[in-house]
Formats: sequence, C-alpha cells, structure tokens
Amino acid sequence: MDARVKLLLALALVLCISLMPVAAWPVYILLLALILSAAILSELRMRPLLRRSMVALPFALAALPLLLTVPGQTAVALRLGPLHLAVTVPGVERFASIVVRSWLSVQVAILLTATTQLPDLLVAMGQLHMPRLLVAILSLMWRYLAVLVDEAIRMMRARDARSASWSGRGGGTLAWRASVTGSMAGSLFLRGLERSERIHNAMLSRGYDGSIRGIAVPPLDWRSRLLVLLGLIVVLALLLFGYWVA
Amino acid sequence: MWTSELSGAAITWAARTTTDAAGAAGGAFMHIPDGFLSTPVSLVLWVVAVLVVGVALVKVNRDMDEKRVPLMGVMAAAIFAGQMLNFAVTGGTSGHLLGAAIATALLGPWAAIVVMTCVVGTQAILFQDGGLLALGANLVNMAVIGVAVSYGVLSVVRRLLGNKRTGWLVGGLLAGWSSIFVASLACALQLALSGTSPANIALPAMGGIHALIGVGEALITAAALALVYVARRDVLERGEAAAGGRGLAVGGLVLAVLLVVLSPLASSHPDGLEWVAEEHGFLGSMLEAPFQLIADYVFPGIADERLATIAAGIIGVAVVLAVTWLAGSARRRRGSQGVA
Repeated sequence: MDARVKLLLALALVLCISLMPVAAWPVYILLLALILSAAILSELRMRPLLRRSMVALPFALAALPLLLTVPGQTAVALRLGPLHLAVTVPGVERFASIVVRSWLSVQVAILLTATTQLPDLLVAMGQLHMPRLLVAILSLMWRYLAVLVDEAIRMMRARDARSASWSGRGGGTLAWRASVTGSMAGSLFLRGLERSERIHNAMLSRGYDGSIRGIAVPPLDWRSRLLVLLGLIVVLALLLFGYWVA
Repeated sequence: MWTSELSGAAITWAARTTTDAAGAAGGAFMHIPDGFLSTPVSLVLWVVAVLVVGVALVKVNRDMDEKRVPLMGVMAAAIFAGQMLNFAVTGGTSGHLLGAAIATALLGPWAAIVVMTCVVGTQAILFQDGGLLALGANLVNMAVIGVAVSYGVLSVVRRLLGNKRTGWLVGGLLAGWSSIFVASLACALQLALSGTSPANIALPAMGGIHALIGVGEALITAAALALVYVARRDVLERGEAAAGGRGLAVGGLVLAVLLVVLSPLASSHPDGLEWVAEEHGFLGSMLEAPFQLIADYVFPGIADERLATIAAGIIGVAVVLAVTWLAGSARRRRGSQGVA
C-alpha cells in the first residue's frame, strides 16, 4: 500500500481516538478490533505488538489524580490515617478512558511503523508538504543512525571493559560517573561532527550542489484516493457513533 | 552484550535502550503519549511547533552553506545515539542525556531546534516514544523550549563569565538543568490545561522529579562541553557565531521565568488556570466533559490549600520515585538473568 495512504489514515485514526468522548466503551472495542484486524492482515506478530504497545502505560501515572478529583458519585472511599480519599465513578471512567485511548493510539503508531519503511515514510511526508530540508536531514540521519549507535555501543563497551561495576553501581562518585559519561557524549559529538565533514566532502566529490534529488513520485492513483476516502468515512462514522453512545 | 554488526539489531537495541532508560530515569514523563492531551491543546501546540520549526528552517537555510544537510543529519543521529550513553545513578536507575543544551552550544539555537525536532520526531514515529498527535507538544517542550531556554541561559552566563572554560562549564551546568526543568513545567502545564492532571499535583510532581533528572543532564552537558572546549574550541566558537538571534535568547529567558513564576501561581490557584483556559476558549469550545478542568480541587482530605499542594508534591515525587525504582530494579533483574 502507498505510504501516503497509510500515513494519512494513521493520523486520521489517532485524531479520531483523541476526539472520542469519555467512556464510549463499545466504540473503543470496535477500534481495538479494527486495529488488531489490520495488524493480522499485515501479518504482524501479536506478541511483540502487544508488548510494545505497553510503552506509554507508565505515563498513566500522570492521570491518576483524576480518580480522586473528578466530582461525582463515590465508588470507593479510602481512609488512610488523616487522609480521606474518595474514588468517584466519573473519575474512574475518565482515567480508564484516557489509558485505553492512549493504548489504542500507540497501537496505531506501531501498525504504521511496523508496516512502513522509514525512507518510504519520509518520501510520503515530503509529498504531503513537509519542508524538503527537514526531509533531507531526516533521511541523512536515518542513514547514519546505525553508524553512530554502533559508535556509542563501542564506547560503552570500552567503558565497561575499563571500569568494574557492581550490580548497577559503577565506581567513583555520582558526579564522576556523570562526567565520564559527559566526556563520552562530547567525544561522540566531535566524532559525529568530523564524520559529517567527511560525508560532506564525499557528497561534494559526487556532484552535490546543495539540493538532494530523489525519484519523482507519481500522484496517488484513484484506488488509493478511494481507499483514503473510505478510511476517512469509517473514521468519521466511528466518531459519530462514539458521541451517540456516550 | 550485543553483536552490533547488524544495523537492524543495533537500532532495535537503541530503541530498547532509549525507551528503557527513559522509563527508568523518569524521562519518559517528558514524552507525552497520545491520549493524555486534549485535542485543542494538542492542535494549538502543533501550530506553535510548525511555526517555530518553520522559522528555524528558514534561518538555517539562509545562514548555513550547503553543508547543513550532512552536518545536521549526522548531528541528529549523534544526539540520538548520545541519549543511549547512560550512567548508573542508584538502584538500577540510570541517568542519560536529552541533548537540547549540548546541541545549542555546538550548533547554535536555530540549527539545534531543527536537530532536536528530527530526534524527537523520529522517537515518536519509530519507537512510539511520545504520541503522534502529542508530537506538537513534545516538539514545543523538548525542541523549542529546551533549546530556547538553554540558549538564553548560555548567553547570559557567558556574558557574565566570559569566553573562558568556566563560562562554558557553568553555562553547560545551568543550561542543561534549566532546559529539563522548564520543559517539564511546560509539560505539566499542558497536562493541566488538558484536564488530565490537576495543576497542583502535576506541577510539583513533574517539577520535582525533573529537578533531579536535570542534575544528570547538567553534569553530562558540562562535562561534554569541557571536552569539546579542550579538543575543538573552534566548534564552540562557530556555534556561537551561528547563533545570531538575540530575540531567541531573550524569548527563552522570558519563557523560563514566566513558566517558573506561573507554575506556583497555577498550582496554588487552579482556578486561575481554569480562567486562562476559559479565556482562550478551551472550555466549552468542544462538545462537553473531556476538557472540563476540575473546579475547586485541593488535595483530597487536607483542608489547608498550601499544605495540600506541598503534600501533593511530596506524594507525587514519592510515587514517581517508587515506580522509577521498581522499574529500574525489575530491569536490572531482567538484565542480570540475561533475558533483556
């Protein structure tokens, strides 16, 4: 499928999930079914998908106070010494909705990236009018990310080889450990800088004149357009259904 | 360890390390996932991000030669990889770099905004470290506010202490710390404006935990700048020459002061924040409940409002620390069993 179609539909779906009202449970289940069936059709493995989709869960902590602060009927009353805590029903609904919607959005994002190569995604973003300079920088970054990650891994291996550590604690004081890491970061950036100079020279010697040229991408054909249209209709229908249910 | 011949494996490793380390150090609390910000707040912040990054791109396009693409591309990759470099703090938690301050010092503010945009955007798109709709907010916090505050602090410190090693060291310390701290305040305010997290809990908790995380950033930034100062002083001087915008420095400082002053106000007068929200038409602009800010909330069970705020802050920090520590020790256990 065209990366542009996937990008557009993923963004529409995330926006739709964000606009969904609180406690529209039937629609949340529909959305989950939609996302999971798309994942199955894309032949993604379920376990890694579900495991990775938990990434955002720790952030639920930020919404935890909602349990207590949304006014409404009390569900559970807790007495902790001098504290009287009242968990309200609307509070639980708000909190659970936020967590579920966040989980669904993460799955959409995973679906997009698991089925689309970043270079294709970048071309699609360029087609959808992301600035060309940004696209060029991002593609160069992607190309050299593995190289610099390798460099960082080698540095950390060198540090591990030279300094004994004991169950999560390195030697020396905290400030010393931090400053060692800082020196590593500094030399990583200097190496990056020098590498970028060499890359620039290599680009110049191959005729680089300041603009990156790519293969021209044809406009979307009618089938892709139809697909986008249908997808948007489904998303809109889900949204209306959500407001009707809630 | 990992066999890093396969770049794919290295990237997966990088992904896991960034997310794990971020989670362990509490840095994950800066990458807002989708679902936690209300749609109007997300969209407004997207507009802000697009505008500022657009200006930065124009400036970079005008001020730098055709070297800009390889320079910024590789530096973005270096910041990305640099975030993997971590050091043990305690109990399996680790500190690591965010990089806004260092990018500002090396590249100048506008290029740093572009580079940080690439880093934060890639984290969101590839590793779900932060949401797609929330990407605007994350860009504003980490790429725009982080860089602007760093730049403001660096300029002031270097004006006071001069272009010597101390200037860069102290500047690096303060810029690193304040970029994290101020960005976390902005993040908490956005959560409060979205009605996700009441201001009198979110602000002290986020500010408190990031005041600690910021120390790691400060130390790493200062040490990195010290190394660059010794090895390639010309780079720092070039970064400074590329700076240009005094407006951005002033803007960053004003922003920092505003957020720092506004935060206690917002957390002790949540109604004030509600008023701001009403004034800007967040409330009632959409259909109903989702964007309502909670009226009259003090921490439940405590009558005195100031006490309640402090209690909320302490409890928030304690909860975050406990979760961080648990996550860290779980990770360490996993690591020592060789499953990770």
